[in-house]
Amino acid sequence: MSAPDAPLLLAEGLTKYYGRQLGCRDVSFSLYPGEVLAVVGESGSGKTTLLQLLSTQLLPSAGCVRYRMRDGVTRDLADLSEAERRFLFRTDWGYVHQDAALGLRMNVSAGANVGERLMAVGWRHYGRIRGTAVQWLDRVEIDPDRIDDPPLVYSGGMRQRLQIARNLVTQPRLVFMDEPTGGLDVSVQARLLDLLRGLVTELGLAAVIVTHDLAVARLLSHRIMVMKGGEVIEQGLTDQVLDDPREPYTQLLVSSILPA
Amino acid sequence: MNAPAYNFAYLDEQTKRMIRRAILKAIAIPGYQVPFASREMPMPYGWGTGGVQVTASILGPEDVLKVIDQGSDDTTNAVSIRNFFAKTAGVRTTTHTGEATIIQTRHRIPETPLGEDQVLVFQVPIPEPLRFLEPRETETRRMHALADYGLMHVKLYEDIARHGHIATTYAYPVKVDGRYVMDPSPTPKFDNPKMDDCAALQLFGAGREKRIYAIPPHTKVTSLDFEDHPFEPSRTPKTCALCGADDTFLDEVVTDDKGGRLFVCSDSDYCEQHRAAETTA
Repeated sequence: MSAPDAPLLLAEGLTKYYGRQLGCRDVSFSLYPGEVLAVVGESGSGKTTLLQLLSTQLLPSAGCVRYRMRDGVTRDLADLSEAERRFLFRTDWGYVHQDAALGLRMNVSAGANVGERLMAVGWRHYGRIRGTAVQWLDRVEIDPDRIDDPPLVYSGGMRQRLQIARNLVTQPRLVFMDEPTGGLDVSVQARLLDLLRGLVTELGLAAVIVTHDLAVARLLSHRIMVMKGGEVIEQGLTDQVLDDPREPYTQLLVSSILPA
Repeated sequence: MNAPAYNFAYLDEQTKRMIRRAILKAIAIPGYQVPFASREMPMPYGWGTGGVQVTASILGPEDVLKVIDQGSDDTTNAVSIRNFFAKTAGVRTTTHTGEATIIQTRHRIPETPLGEDQVLVFQVPIPEPLRFLEPRETETRRMHALADYGLMHVKLYEDIARHGHIATTYAYPVKVDGRYVMDPSPTPKFDNPKMDDCAALQLFGAGREKRIYAIPPHTKVTSLDFEDHPFEPSRTPKTCALCGADDTFLDEVVTDDKGGRLFVCSDSDYCEQHRAAETTA
């Protein structure tokens, strides 16, 4: 397999137990550059555990996660040093939290929120940092005039878009999203999804999106994984799984969507 | 006059040994905050308990001590700490920078350049430069360990975004020996350049926070900044009303309730010597 076709992220037999409580069991998949994978399932099905395992915020009880670094070498993430992991996290990866307050510095201006990653990787020119922040605010449809306002005075939808800008400013190749549209009203959700879809295609981002909202999965993802009780019960192309669900649970999930 | 109930310089010898070990470690790793078992001192936190413990541990009978508070030798804090050591250690005290072997300071660095046979002891209220940006101690320690200092520039960015320039005027963060970012205690940033390549040993003691750190003699100390907003030591563009100096750090003194005010050198010893030199000349 030639290097550009190699998977970006590989999960092999990922298992996590919280004591005797199962988080998730034996999850394996590979994610290719530019591919968007949705993980769906009900609350407590192990989606968030899986996301935290993939992004090395939790250590697995068994199994491993491998990632192809920018230099083309695929490495086991458990072997990275803390410094390397942090560097990866603020350059090549993004992590969009459901609650924007977790992913942003709420008391610091929007410009500094976007610029933080740049300063962390050594940018030391105020004018250039600010210029880049303005560009990104514009890209996520935030009025650049509000660059000096802290996210504390932003609306929920703006906070979420700011969080996305903050994550994408270093041009990551992989973004983890945990319920990116959760807690937003429907019209704001639609706008955010539209924006995300545009950015993902434009930047060729690979993404793992955890959601309980099948509409989000259908709109954004290429592939889908359905989880239940900590295990993956069905996976495949999004359209295929959603139009022709095989497992009874997936059928239930699909049929429980209220007609618009 | 000596109070015989106390050991020399108040602290017992075992405590001094413990503090000296922390000091040696701090000197070995410039800018690194060494935890130490800070003792209860006969003065409240915030009055220089950290600096007093450091001074007590390095003080010898032959030392000459000077204590300043905001540059001045005659304010309450300076007078009481000077008396404290005169009483508990019986050492000679002075107000002349040149004569002193140990200078304990609350924030200012004397205007007279310090020499190799001198030690400057700072009283530090908050030793952690990242504290107001990152409240978790576990996280700030990890950030120091990994030299993960992007956050420090976020603060400077905020300053420029809000005020158009870096408005931090004291406790201005510095990088010591190209490695650790350090809070130089609330010294005015006017004094930051004096820390760089200083001939004297600089010791920092934080009593409440239980940390000691140090800058060994002739160590590189750089103030953090942006390429397009370089560090500038700030000073009031006035001259001293008493000695006429135009290159010293000035205090503003309100003289009446009709808006009258004057500016005088914050370093009282330097001001006196400058005036004495003027009259003899």
